[in-house]
Amino acid sequence: MTFAEIQSRAKAEWAALEHGDKPRILIGSATCGRAAGAKAVLEATNAALAQHNLEANITEVGCIGPCYAEPLMDIIKPGRPRICYSQVTPEIVPWLIEDYIINDNPHSDLALGTIGDGSLDGIPRLFDLPMLKPQVRIALRNCGTIDPEEINQYIARDGYRGLVRALSMTPEEVIEEIKKSGLRGRGGAGFPTGMKWEFCRKSPGTVKYIICNADEGDPGAFMDRSLLEGDPHAVLEGMLISAYAIGATEGYIYIRAEYPLAIDRLKIALRQMTEYELLGDNILGSGLNFHLKIKEGAGAFVCGEETALMASIEGKRGMPRSRPPFPAQSGLWGKPTNINNVETWANVSAIMLRGTAWYASYGSDKNKGTKTFALAGKINRTGLIEVPLGISLKEIVYDIGDGIPDGKRFKAVQTGGPSGGCLPASQLERPVDYESLTEAGSIMGSGGMVVIDEDTCIVDVARYFLAFTQSESCGKCVPCRLGTKQMLNILENICQGKGKVEDIDLLLKVSQQIKAGSLCALGGTAPNPVLTTIRYFQDEYEAHIKEKRCPALVCPELISYYILADKCQGCGICLRACPTEAITGGKRMVHVIDQSKCNKCSTCLNVCPDRFGAVVKVSGEEIKVPKKPVPITVSKPDTYTQR
Amino acid sequence: MSQQAISNRHGEQDLIGRLKEAQAKFGHVSEEVMAELARSLDIPINDVYGVASFYSFLSTQPLGRNIIRICQSLPCYLKYGQTIMESVAQEIGIIPGETTADGKFSFQLTNCIGLCDRAPAMMINYDSHVDLTPKKIAQILGTYK
Ligand SMILES: Cc1cc2nc3c(=O)[nH]c(=O)nc-3n(C[C@H](O)[C@H](O)[C@H](O)COP(=O)(O)O)c2cc1C
Ligand code: FES
Repeated sequence: MTFAEIQSRAKAEWAALEHGDKPRILIGSATCGRAAGAKAVLEATNAALAQHNLEANITEVGCIGPCYAEPLMDIIKPGRPRICYSQVTPEIVPWLIEDYIINDNPHSDLALGTIGDGSLDGIPRLFDLPMLKPQVRIALRNCGTIDPEEINQYIARDGYRGLVRALSMTPEEVIEEIKKSGLRGRGGAGFPTGMKWEFCRKSPGTVKYIICNADEGDPGAFMDRSLLEGDPHAVLEGMLISAYAIGATEGYIYIRAEYPLAIDRLKIALRQMTEYELLGDNILGSGLNFHLKIKEGAGAFVCGEETALMASIEGKRGMPRSRPPFPAQSGLWGKPTNINNVETWANVSAIMLRGTAWYASYGSDKNKGTKTFALAGKINRTGLIEVPLGISLKEIVYDIGDGIPDGKRFKAVQTGGPSGGCLPASQLERPVDYESLTEAGSIMGSGGMVVIDEDTCIVDVARYFLAFTQSESCGKCVPCRLGTKQMLNILENICQGKGKVEDIDLLLKVSQQIKAGSLCALGGTAPNPVLTTIRYFQDEYEAHIKEKRCPALVCPELISYYILADKCQGCGICLRACPTEAITGGKRMVHVIDQSKCNKCSTCLNVCPDRFGAVVKVSGEEIKVPKKPVPITVSKPDTYTQR
Repeated sequence: MSQQAISNRHGEQDLIGRLKEAQAKFGHVSEEVMAELARSLDIPINDVYGVASFYSFLSTQPLGRNIIRICQSLPCYLKYGQTIMESVAQEIGIIPGETTADGKFSFQLTNCIGLCDRAPAMMINYDSHVDLTPKKIAQILGTYK
């Protein structure tokens, strides 16, 4: 079968599905959907359909983004717009089937929005909602719409046409096209993709490799997982195009073992590509030979770094080496190698399909196109988003992410994982692009965005990231191995109230040394979380050091709990709940916490009934309370000695 | 590492893959397995040990039948991941790094497993569990044999 035949058959199948007389049901079944109960929803759907003797086409699709609202289920009735329902449970499914599919009541109360053509009264259009309006889907173009295990659905939506177009051009023209698009690597550093390809193409040698970096390890990042689970072919097509442009005949996908579903879907995709002669020798009769293998990681963050990753593929300890030589000159097994991130590849296939002018119409001057981000932490709408570069942080946090839960105050947004930094409210107007985030002291990184609210201690966050880099440092170079340890010790001391005034300067000094002396970017960027938090939140460091006070009331050594004598009702709930038996009291007696026994677990604060509100948490101050339990009636706070 | 282990793709030895196979079969990579691998691949045993001890998914110590990996990264921590670790510790009576006496569970902490949208999260073997609360723990652990 020629590609044209494959394509026309796939398109016919898709049209039959879209315009057929059976209703269609799409269930979001990426890891996020599954973990939220998509499988139970699927079973309930099959049961409800069987019960009513109804037929429908059910498709398990990838993640469309609003993970906070999973499980998601879309229903498309013939002649009606597609409706997306959120937080669907097995109990709700029978109503949707009966009320909407049978009786034509679309249940606008349960609907999140409509997708695509047409509209329905009482249901907003999904992509008009503030959460989706600023978004543009390029890398994620098919996620949530097609069955990731069906290559035909990808092909029906013009998949592999970018490859066909590339094959009709010379390799140099393809590279020129990618250069012109302005695409920069999405794995973190933002290096121009076309330029990297050109280096590799021009490197002497007959054997060349390309690698897809799917080791996604930044805390808070899950974009690459979602993309591979939702549309693996978009990535694989990008790799084929690059293989042709560079002249590579072998490739690897290095994927972390923590992503079993993505690995399964990749395996299925590779099998289907082979069947369609999109992989192997003489691809689509063009003379292009390309073989692709999946390599699973084994749990080491540093293997995301390109030289460590190649060492790991070679079966060695995943330790980075110094560059030059760059992978484009001497990479895997010493051969010229081109390595790109999952999302970079998905952009490549889109660019080859739709052209550079279209691509470059999104984004800003030096930052073309879109970027996916994973929103996590203290934000209302967690999930996966894709936005044009140049959008402000504020739009992401407030319009798309809907701000901070529980009426709390925004404190910072952490971008770039352990290589990035914490940006405060004063930076929210900042455009999200490579240069602007670097200027602010953070980095774009791979796309994790962790939002932090007023209840989070910023020194504790910095300590957290240093603990991460310290434990993930491969140990090869001294500045990274020992420097991160030193910084971690200092931060731990500060959090424990043992900080010294000179510690801030010391942190800054050690940071400079680690940055200058480390072999790879793991060490080179490890100080960033500390540097940005000192830059924007120095007062919080000083409160810990000088006043022994944690303003966010987080650091256990710096906080105390007290039971207020004028509020305690002597109910005994806290006394019974306290795991360390630190509370004494009795019936109608004011309860008292023995500070020497308290382990700061917060249980008493959590269990004290809201209507009493007798337990308080404080830092850097002492509250006057009785020393011993006293009867409630005589309680007058000021008559007791201070502790 | 010795030159043999770096052999080119034609003689690709896939040491990590072989170690993972052994791990899947025996639950850990024993000294005997490492010695055998070293012999069959013709590389020094310290190279094999060097690789086996580098990756957190490989263990040179015997592990339980089920491996609990609780995420300790920031987004999970912000959603009270600490309380989940405490509940698991209480439920099975061991702390991270240990294996229960009956060999049923090993308890480990891990870095982000990409489920931060529904933090706090953990993996048991290759199953993902999300939106965890202390109350859910006993029920989830009860489904493992
Ligand atoms: C410690 C460390 C971890 C990294 N982890 C990843 C990763 O998980 N995924 C990724 O694509 N790039 C990662 N990178 C960046 C890669 O080294 C490399 O720059 C990238 O894969 C190049 O692809 P791109 O040009 O498409 O961005 C990491 C870098 C460092 C220093
Ligand atoms: S931070 Fe826990 S899964 Fe990502």
